[in-house]
Amino acid sequence: MLQSVFVIFLFQLVGEMVQKYFALTVPGPVIGLVLLLLAMLATDRIGNNPAAQLKQSLVVTAETLLGHLPLLFVPIGVGVVMHITLLEGQLAAVLGVIFIGTVLTVGFSALLMEKLQGRGDDNG
Amino acid sequence: MADEQKLYSIWVYLQAEPLFWLTLTIGAYLVGDYCYRRSGLFPLFNPVALGIIIVSSVLLLFDIQYERYFDGAKFIHFLLGPATVALAIPIYRKWDLILKHSKAIVTTVLLGSCFAILITWGLATLFGLEREILLSLLPRSVTAPIAMGVSEIIGGIPSLTAIITIITGIIGAAFATFTLDLLRVRKMSARGFAIGLASHGIGTARAMSRNETAGVFAAVAMGLSGIVTALIVPLMIFLLQI
Repeated sequence: MLQSVFVIFLFQLVGEMVQKYFALTVPGPVIGLVLLLLAMLATDRIGNNPAAQLKQSLVVTAETLLGHLPLLFVPIGVGVVMHITLLEGQLAAVLGVIFIGTVLTVGFSALLMEKLQGRGDDNG
Repeated sequence: MADEQKLYSIWVYLQAEPLFWLTLTIGAYLVGDYCYRRSGLFPLFNPVALGIIIVSSVLLLFDIQYERYFDGAKFIHFLLGPATVALAIPIYRKWDLILKHSKAIVTTVLLGSCFAILITWGLATLFGLEREILLSLLPRSVTAPIAMGVSEIIGGIPSLTAIITIITGIIGAAFATFTLDLLRVRKMSARGFAIGLASHGIGTARAMSRNETAGVFAAVAMGLSGIVTALIVPLMIFLLQI
């Protein structure tokens, strides 16, 4: 457990450093995600997989951390409610744009994706 | 009277400590989750939205500054970074499935991201919004750090974009399931992908808590659409002469 927490923190740290060093708009944790994914895919190619045990422990830690992912957005969401006055008189129109736009984007993307995938199961 | 003073001094003490705000945040979320399940998964009753409403009500009722609350709640907020990195693990587990659908993924992320930007532009124009607000709205579908960066480059207001982005995420998380059921989209990969593309991390969090395949495709969509949007929003502004 502790080893996998260390690995996750370490990759975030490296991601944050890469982001700052190259002044990228992509956030550090997303860079950390990509690097960790690449590291896991790369170790698969090495014979008898030295990191197999660590990967098993990462799976358990990730399940714990991702199990209640929506909770992590509560503090920042409260910030939005407390600062909603920034939108002043345009609140209703902005909410309208967001609501209609988001629902249409979800619908468009899902139908397009499903069409492009063709038939077949996605075991989900 | 002495008791009241005692209670007041305990309250003063608790307010300054993270424990109270952390307990409140987790408690509010759990109440939200409970209501959501009891309501038969009614979209407006989703756990994040209810959690936010409960915590905000407490802060407004007791006249507490957001900064004071966040000083405690930041320990929960901090976990967002490691949780984002941890998304690599389910993606790794579903890697073969992602490769299998790579063509659909690339096409959908390109067309879907363009759609999100254009529909936002169209609606904002239709509703007669000011130019600065319109610009702040354009990158709203992607994760807040990217959206804020784009907003700054194109002349929007980054803090306004942050608020708009979070609202987009909550609306996506709340209404995506309903929309997708209505359209009869059955494939978990397509459902998740659309949620991640339209409503970034909050949508992904939601998808992940319902189904692993949906969550993984949402995470992939979130990452890719973030990069695509960062590149095409400035280009579109140039082409559309906004």
